[in-house]
Amino acid sequence: MGILEVKNVNKRFGGLQALGDVNLSVAEHSVHAIIGPNGAGKSTLLNCLIGKLIPDTGSVMFDGQSVLGRKPYQINQMGISRVFQTPEIFGELSVIENMMIPIFAKRDGAFRMHALESTMNEKEIVEQAEHMLESLSLADARHDHAAAMSRGNKRRLEIGMCLAQEPRLLLLDEPTAGMARADTNNTIDLLKQIKEERDITIAIIEHDMHVVFSLAERITVLAQGTPLVEDTPDKIKGHPKVREAYLGEAA
Amino acid sequence: MLGLEKKDFRLLMIVVVLTMLAPFILNPFPAESALGETFNAGYPDLMQRFVIFGIFAIGFNILFGLTGYLSFGHAAFLGVGSYAAIWMMKLVTLNVIPAIIMGVIFAGIFALAVGYISLRRSGIYFSILTLAFAQMSYALAYSVLTPITGGETGLQIKATDSPLLSNLEPGEIGRANLFGMDMRTSFELGVGDWLFTFNSGYYIAAVFMLISFYIAIRIFRSPFGTMLRAVKSNQTRMYYTGLNARPYTLAAFVISGMYAGLAGGLLVAMDTQAGPERMFWTASGEVVLMTILGGVGTLIGPVLGAGAIKYMENILSKINKDILHEWFAILPDGIEDFLVTIIYPFVGKGWHLTLGLIFMAVVIFLPGGLVEGGQRIARLFGRKKTKGDGEEATQSTPAE
Repeated sequence: MGILEVKNVNKRFGGLQALGDVNLSVAEHSVHAIIGPNGAGKSTLLNCLIGKLIPDTGSVMFDGQSVLGRKPYQINQMGISRVFQTPEIFGELSVIENMMIPIFAKRDGAFRMHALESTMNEKEIVEQAEHMLESLSLADARHDHAAAMSRGNKRRLEIGMCLAQEPRLLLLDEPTAGMARADTNNTIDLLKQIKEERDITIAIIEHDMHVVFSLAERITVLAQGTPLVEDTPDKIKGHPKVREAYLGEAA
Repeated sequence: MLGLEKKDFRLLMIVVVLTMLAPFILNPFPAESALGETFNAGYPDLMQRFVIFGIFAIGFNILFGLTGYLSFGHAAFLGVGSYAAIWMMKLVTLNVIPAIIMGVIFAGIFALAVGYISLRRSGIYFSILTLAFAQMSYALAYSVLTPITGGETGLQIKATDSPLLSNLEPGEIGRANLFGMDMRTSFELGVGDWLFTFNSGYYIAAVFMLISFYIAIRIFRSPFGTMLRAVKSNQTRMYYTGLNARPYTLAAFVISGMYAGLAGGLLVAMDTQAGPERMFWTASGEVVLMTILGGVGTLIGPVLGAGAIKYMENILSKINKDILHEWFAILPDGIEDFLVTIIYPFVGKGWHLTLGLIFMAVVIFLPGGLVEGGQRIARLFGRKKTKGDGEEATQSTPAE
């Protein structure tokens, strides 16, 4: 029984069958990659996991509880954090404020009317945020506007914000898309470090095979909305079906 | 101090000094002089408007400046606050404090209802929904709600009104008071040719403004304020950080509605009447202009914006052709007529043209409003100072 169980999920958009009978089990403490050609349904699947889309049929269970019908912030509170394809951060806020918000959210829940307290008097939260920024080597930028940072640093910040909530499952949607090679390698190192240091499960959707094969312990290949194979990276590399779907090679 | 950081506390103190000394600052010219008759703004009625509309704009800025939700119907809350306050005075007591409290409470309840519905949408749809609510309120107050609102003529305190907690002679018209002190009590101080008026109503309104300003600073600097700015910045990230943006925006909406209710209540306390035109959409537009002119999302900006617009509305509009001719009387006739013809469209009834041009110039050249202008000037002086003494320069930046 994995921490995330997707059973018989179907999703249609008009005449297009985006997902057809998807079954997926992500084992706890593993790094699970979902790969597939463009239009394979990777993003649709991810959106079904976090409440952005609701599947037509099937079930999505996280740690034994259904996520379907819950709002995104409720799913997040269950312990699922998501990193987006383009970094979603609070661009107009300073880097340290960006880092403090998830820590506030972890402490205070979805809403708290703390209108007459002073942010800077929240010593513990400031300290935690500073500590997180140091571990991400972003401490020097703490008073900068988040929007002014480089793509790679925005990604680091976003991952850091997700980690600050201490999630049990971290979903990453093409975390290295549009990145320079050096930033990609930094991101891979960061994710490896996270994996070692934290009690966390990582599910990653990725196009860049270098990233996938450096990180993943198990790989699911999606093609035309259906899982084709699921196996370890070594076996996937040589799998004829995968080569057919992915590279368009005749098997 | 007072739970504020040094920089914010200094700003608050500057505002305290400015509001307390306003009768002096706004009357820089001798009372009888030509300039004094035109440009002196230190008379009670106008000073009260400065601070009351300052409160209105401070509250509006909590919603628009922090969350980015542009309400186009805020005058409705001002109107509801006014009606609630005047009914309190007509029925219960002529003391202004309960009236103002009622104004705040009713505006808050109304804002809760309007916000609950309008905040289902964001962006332009939110603005249109709030505008619709405000226009609806205006139309209702004007017509079918006449028994409550007095319709076209509005509500005044009449000789027939005898509030529960007052001992008026039969036929005596009640006056708004604060524990017996009439709002219209003024103390006049003459120094040479100068005349300064200290009005009790103004000082009461000013104290309310200072309290509102202080609370606004606290909200800006609180975790709640940070969350509101997060709503403006990125709602997607907010939802995927386990935060629900809706209650945050609703809370901001209600708070800013209550500020509007306070302003409405104070308007009634100063001048005991209320009418539906207070809710008209131009009144809602005016507070948007004030906030943008002063500086959206800054602490002091809305107050400056409110002051600037009310000054132009009351002072610029007073200047007529005769006054202009008087000013240029020294010049040869031809040039005098020419100058008067050039300037006349911008003053008197044409003051809107001046306001419009200034507004356009601010939006284009100073997107941060008057506050940004102040910062740029401060930076200019700051740079000069750095050569002399380094300490001062870094401190001369205004808040935000």
